[in-house]
Amino acid sequence: MNREEIIDRLTDIFQDVLDRDDISLTDQTTAQDIEEWDSLSHVQLIVAIERQFGIRFTSREIMMWQNVGQMTDSLMQKLN
Amino acid sequence: MTTFSELRRLSRQDLSGKPPVRVALVGDSATQLLAVALRGEAARNGVNIELYEAEYDQVEPELLVQTSELHRFGASYVVLFQSTAHLLDAYDRMPHDERNKLAEWRLSQVEQFLQSTPATLIVMNYPERDDAVYGSHASKVDYSFIYQLRLLNLGLMDMARHNDRLQIVDLCLIQAEIGRSHMLDTAVSVSTDMQLSIDILPVVARRTLEIVWAMQGRFHKCLIMDLDNTLWGGEVGELGWQGIDLGRGLGIGKVFVGIQHWERKLRQQGVILAVVSKNDDNRAREPFLHHPDMVLRMDDIAVFVANWNSKAENIRLVQRILNIGYDAMVFLDDSPFERNLVRQQLPEVCVPELPEDPAEYMNTLSSLNLFETTAVSNADTARTRQYQQEAKRMESSLTFSNETEYLRSLQMTCQVDSLTDYNCPRVAQLTQRSNQFNLRTVRYTETQLRELDQDADAFIRTFTLADRFGASGLIGVLIAKRQPDGLFIDSWLMSCRVLKRGVEHFMLNVLVELARECGCNSIVGEYLPSPKNGMVSSLYPSLGFKQTGVEGRYRLDVQTFEPITCYINRQ
Repeated sequence: MNREEIIDRLTDIFQDVLDRDDISLTDQTTAQDIEEWDSLSHVQLIVAIERQFGIRFTSREIMMWQNVGQMTDSLMQKLN
Repeated sequence: MTTFSELRRLSRQDLSGKPPVRVALVGDSATQLLAVALRGEAARNGVNIELYEAEYDQVEPELLVQTSELHRFGASYVVLFQSTAHLLDAYDRMPHDERNKLAEWRLSQVEQFLQSTPATLIVMNYPERDDAVYGSHASKVDYSFIYQLRLLNLGLMDMARHNDRLQIVDLCLIQAEIGRSHMLDTAVSVSTDMQLSIDILPVVARRTLEIVWAMQGRFHKCLIMDLDNTLWGGEVGELGWQGIDLGRGLGIGKVFVGIQHWERKLRQQGVILAVVSKNDDNRAREPFLHHPDMVLRMDDIAVFVANWNSKAENIRLVQRILNIGYDAMVFLDDSPFERNLVRQQLPEVCVPELPEDPAEYMNTLSSLNLFETTAVSNADTARTRQYQQEAKRMESSLTFSNETEYLRSLQMTCQVDSLTDYNCPRVAQLTQRSNQFNLRTVRYTETQLRELDQDADAFIRTFTLADRFGASGLIGVLIAKRQPDGLFIDSWLMSCRVLKRGVEHFMLNVLVELARECGCNSIVGEYLPSPKNGMVSSLYPSLGFKQTGVEGRYRLDVQTFEPITCYINRQ
């Protein structure tokens, strides 16, 4: 799976979990850019992403990401 | 099962028009998502929950400081979630030689919490985990973590047995059923201190609020059962009672023995059992009368309906005899067709989906937790007989030309008592269960009743009815308080089994006597509407009370009152 496909699927997950159709993600998107992306919905996002991609994140990864790009890096690493 | 996402969406519903239930949530870890689940689950039940969420890890400051926000909020229910992870942390920090006091320490905390709030305290118990220090030997060491944790869980049950304001959500059992990996998301718990996984939150929220609903009188009181392939294997009409699959030998027959044992235990706990079956009546009764492996006997069944009418029609008949709401009924049937038909026609009746294989019935039924309850009393075992008598009464009332003649023929007697140790559990149970004939719907626990009884200005009267068909038991309660402007009726409630027999007239006559004895010239009654007590909305005017300036408040002049004619003799 390439970067673009991963970001596409992440976008779907974000839209679904945060209940907003107008979210579009880029590598640079951070929690500051999306009002509904707070520490609470972050937990829901992680669980939803794990389920969608069939992987598990470590607790270090969960806390480390600064933006969607780093999230995608973790996913690339696990999937390929 | 509802998912967390669904609950999150539901949690945004606005139900503010409905009477609120005030709940506070406090925990030693991150509880925000549990709060969302509680809101969503309440909305799913159509209940307007006003939820106070304490800040992170504020259990002691919120509960033990009397001026805390939690206390000022004034919740009816306080949900307390303290996690196994934090308990283990506390254990680890203790000096080695004090670790055998862990359970005792936590139990004394809970005791303090109980004393600091008048609310009902709903405590989550502790899912088990080991700290891998003693291996199997941990069972023999009273200061091992698992030993103390089990002692604590048992101690909570013991405490709850003696305090009706303490209720337990059995997280430990939930974990035993679904497994620890589903209960806790370790990576998430480390990074966020959320000690319950997202997947389990809907279950925990449901089980927590089921306790609240039960305390408010919303719970299932009656189990209606189909017969063929629900109580036994095969069709009795085809096979005869000798041929049905039932018994302890090989095969599917023992599954039905297990189900019948469950049903009989429910009956012993106070649930009313009824049968609704498409069968010839005499063929349907034969297994109950003759089959050696039947656990349920005719004595266990309050209402037995076997004919060829539709099930919905027969359930309506059961409803008329028992006089309880459809939402207090559960209907069990193996046929998806019958289940759907009943769901369509009587949407309030709970009709659980059953798996195809009867071997799975019990697993499914137990996961649904259909019969939450908060009080059991010794009167329950006698109730089935009373309902059977009621069915006979219904039959005999058809043959009288007028109501007076019928009421006379019943030869009713009523005994009036104050609160006693013997009747206290039943009185508490009636205040919690009665919804329809209940003027103000005030719920009392046994402790609260005993306290109230100490008050010289408060009067509790119980009414125990009997007639020529048998004893109906304690069926009515009046609680009155002497106030400057007269005797105020704090509670007036009656079991719906004895409607239309003039018991309310008898009760009013007794109340007027009481008012005269304690020097009150008038009686003040109040009607507080609830979703279910519409039947008594005009009780006071119909009894001769006059409207006062305050909406829903009525006054009766004691001096000019003439006793109402009724056909009940005081014993």
